[in-house]
Amino acid sequence: MKSRRQFLKISSLSAAGLVFGGGLLETFADNLLKSNQSYFKGPYDFTRTPTYCEVCFWKCAGWVHKDENGRIKKIIGNDDDPNCNGRFCPRGTGGVGMYFDEDRLKTPLIRTDERGKQSFREATWDEAFDYIAAKMNKIKEEHGPECTALFTHGSGGKYFGNLLKGFGSNNIAAPSYAQCRGPREVAFIATFGQGINSPENTDIRDTKCLVLIGSHLGENMHNGQVQEMSDAIDKGTTIITVDPRFSTVASKSKYWLPIKPSTDMALLLSWMNVIISEGLYDKEYIEKYAFGFEELKAHVQSFTPEWAYGITTIKPQQIRDTAREMAHAAPAVIVHPGRHVTWYGDDTQRLRAVAILNALLGSWGRRGGFYNPAKASVPHFHLPDFPTPNKDWRAAMGGKYKLADLALASGVCEATIPSPEMSCSIKGWIVNGTNLINTLPDQKKTIAAIQALDLLVVVDTMPMEITGYADVVLPECTYLERYDSLRISQGRVPSIALRMPAVDPLYNTKPAFWMARELAKKLDLLQYFPFETIEEEIDWELKQVGSSLEEMQRIGVKLMDREVDDLYFGEDEDVEFYTNTGKIELYSTALEGEGFDPMPVFTQHPEPSEGFYRLIYGRAPMHTFSRTANNPNLTDLMDENTVWVNPKVAKEWGLKNDQYVYLENQDGVISDFKIKVRVTERIRWDSVYMVHGFGHADKRLTRAFGKGVSDTQMITNVMLDPIMGGTGMRGNFVTFRFDNKKTEV
Amino acid sequence: MRYAMAIDTKKCVGCSDCVVACQTENDVPIGHCRDWVVEVMDGTYPELEMELRSERCNHCENSPCVRCCPTGASHYSDGGIVLVTKNECIGCSACITSCPYDARYVHPDGYVDKCTFCLHRVKKGMQPACVAVCPTKCMYFGDLDDPRSEVSEVLKKRKYKTLIPEAGTKPQLYFLI
Repeated sequence: MKSRRQFLKISSLSAAGLVFGGGLLETFADNLLKSNQSYFKGPYDFTRTPTYCEVCFWKCAGWVHKDENGRIKKIIGNDDDPNCNGRFCPRGTGGVGMYFDEDRLKTPLIRTDERGKQSFREATWDEAFDYIAAKMNKIKEEHGPECTALFTHGSGGKYFGNLLKGFGSNNIAAPSYAQCRGPREVAFIATFGQGINSPENTDIRDTKCLVLIGSHLGENMHNGQVQEMSDAIDKGTTIITVDPRFSTVASKSKYWLPIKPSTDMALLLSWMNVIISEGLYDKEYIEKYAFGFEELKAHVQSFTPEWAYGITTIKPQQIRDTAREMAHAAPAVIVHPGRHVTWYGDDTQRLRAVAILNALLGSWGRRGGFYNPAKASVPHFHLPDFPTPNKDWRAAMGGKYKLADLALASGVCEATIPSPEMSCSIKGWIVNGTNLINTLPDQKKTIAAIQALDLLVVVDTMPMEITGYADVVLPECTYLERYDSLRISQGRVPSIALRMPAVDPLYNTKPAFWMARELAKKLDLLQYFPFETIEEEIDWELKQVGSSLEEMQRIGVKLMDREVDDLYFGEDEDVEFYTNTGKIELYSTALEGEGFDPMPVFTQHPEPSEGFYRLIYGRAPMHTFSRTANNPNLTDLMDENTVWVNPKVAKEWGLKNDQYVYLENQDGVISDFKIKVRVTERIRWDSVYMVHGFGHADKRLTRAFGKGVSDTQMITNVMLDPIMGGTGMRGNFVTFRFDNKKTEV
Repeated sequence: MRYAMAIDTKKCVGCSDCVVACQTENDVPIGHCRDWVVEVMDGTYPELEMELRSERCNHCENSPCVRCCPTGASHYSDGGIVLVTKNECIGCSACITSCPYDARYVHPDGYVDKCTFCLHRVKKGMQPACVAVCPTKCMYFGDLDDPRSEVSEVLKKRKYKTLIPEAGTKPQLYFLI
């Protein structure tokens, strides 16, 4: 195939906004690097510097533009980046607010009172590192290095990960697994031998039918996907949306199925029933690639649309019509695997049903279905071997969750709470860029785990609930003020992107690489940090792939060769899948082997009692997690969440638009703060809806404090997925209260 | 030359990226905006329809704001774009009252401010910031007098409407429906 590099568009350096001509700039950057290798001081002479966004996980590459005073002005997308195609989403565009937020953490802090009290004294970096190193060494001596853990979300994780592995622990967890997409990965690996990853390998650009089940694409603003969906709308693609809420994308769909919450599995099984009984499945594909079709056929025989109607409230004719639409478009059809799929504890099985449905339609490996992604191959410098830990978080799980292929954040949290069954619980946490109090469900449990720790280090840019519990707070500079490791993306075309500082860090803040390396010095682990500066490491890595730091500073994004042109399966191609049978497993031998149902079954989930409503939560396009709630630019767009209430329910309770109420869940937990009522037809009468990430309890967040309700606070009924340990978070019901005597707002 | 914008309500997801992009491009102070998103709902559950619209100054051909401005600060510029000259504006707000689209606000520095179709960018051959950033590419900008401009092409192909046509202002913001 042709080299992708031939298509590589080098951005014109004479384009608007640049002061220097190309040649001059190169020389300038060269000199700057030569004379200043230790730390790349604010390159104020660049009017634009490359970055990749850190506001969400999509990591779009872009340019940071500065005004004539060297002040950050705006951030825009890099035209050459396949993740964003030159267009940032509101969060990325509003990333400037992260830098300008005057509530940022400014200097290292050491706790002076009990955990959770937010009492700290300012410390020097050296003091902070001495404190941490002493505690870590003490944990190592008394309990072993395995009794430490890292929770991470974001770019700094790589360096703290190396530190921890060098120290002797592999308890490295990201909430994005057990709290978000883990069930999907396990389900797709069980079916196709391959996960979905991020960005997803969904070929939305070329699809003829996009099926979204519990996925509010557009409101979640997963940039590349939203862009492709928009192109698909232009081409007249059929969109089918299944959601109890009239989501934005529901309003753009040919079919909106307003399903009764918690019954999605019944609909999926019934779609399979129609597709098999009407002979609409891809017979050649199934015969050639699949294992267990006859078993599946027998299994779904009784799951008729009439059966599903009683459960889902979706009319049988609608179920048949939508199944036929999908089959008509096949194989250019995507039953989208979604994201944040941890709902009812049977999530791996539900996502298995999604995977099987795709298999029946023959969409995996086909144009308009799921393409085969390629990851850019960038060699990392070979580090000395890490010591082998004697045990990890799994030891505390009693043999459960063997199919989880990554560490569970909730599992590590669980393993921290002392119990008689455990030989040693975890004693030290490093938390990098994730507000665990609002990220993990069941706050009481998270706090219990924290109170059992000997050491809690929190690395963040902003004060958060979690920083209040820290022994040491390490203030990280924002992504606009630092280098980070290269973004290495998979996709139709693999790509790499550079992030470099646009300006010097404000206040006494530092990048994670520097922090991890300084800690490594104190812990005598410098062998795992062979490069003195991150620039040297990046430059070394880039030189292995024929580029350099200097080149990337100019272009920001580089597209790499695809090793093989195998975006889709060839006609009559023999494909071996990484499953036990080498086939697409409609009947999962891996699940059966672990004692689970080899094919998905329907489970009835509890329903709200009189006066209670199922709590459904989701995203708004302008906010990410709880991270952006204080961002001045994004708060300006949306500064609190609202509780969506159907007019029938509002009438019963006498609720008016914009009225504030408290929420109480079925376990008697009352929200700390009040939330504004939004009376809208867009939500069912048995549910309420709110956007995640509000109701911050940290007063130092001057814009976000006390605004709206934290859905996490209301989630106390966590339904664990027995297969992979995902935390199902749709099992809470709430009612309205007009006061909360415990708090004053 | 007649600059106009067409916005596809079928593709807009109401993310407000246009609003942030405008704020950072044009130094619009936080707490104010030159563009905004409107959501219009119709029906009862589950028979519902929703329209999302990114709105801004309509750069009307027959602009009440230009007519009523006592100092001439509000005026027509290149291609019919309606602008306010900062230092001629006395902040009397007559234009704000006269605008049927509520498209203007008083800048904290005392003058009236609003969308300029990013004339400073347009002059350089670039698109307005909101159009350039929109992830769904739901906005089209160009010269209506040029039959081959993006905006002319899309208005030929699609059904559209303008807002409050009965006000007789001849708005140059078109919504594709």
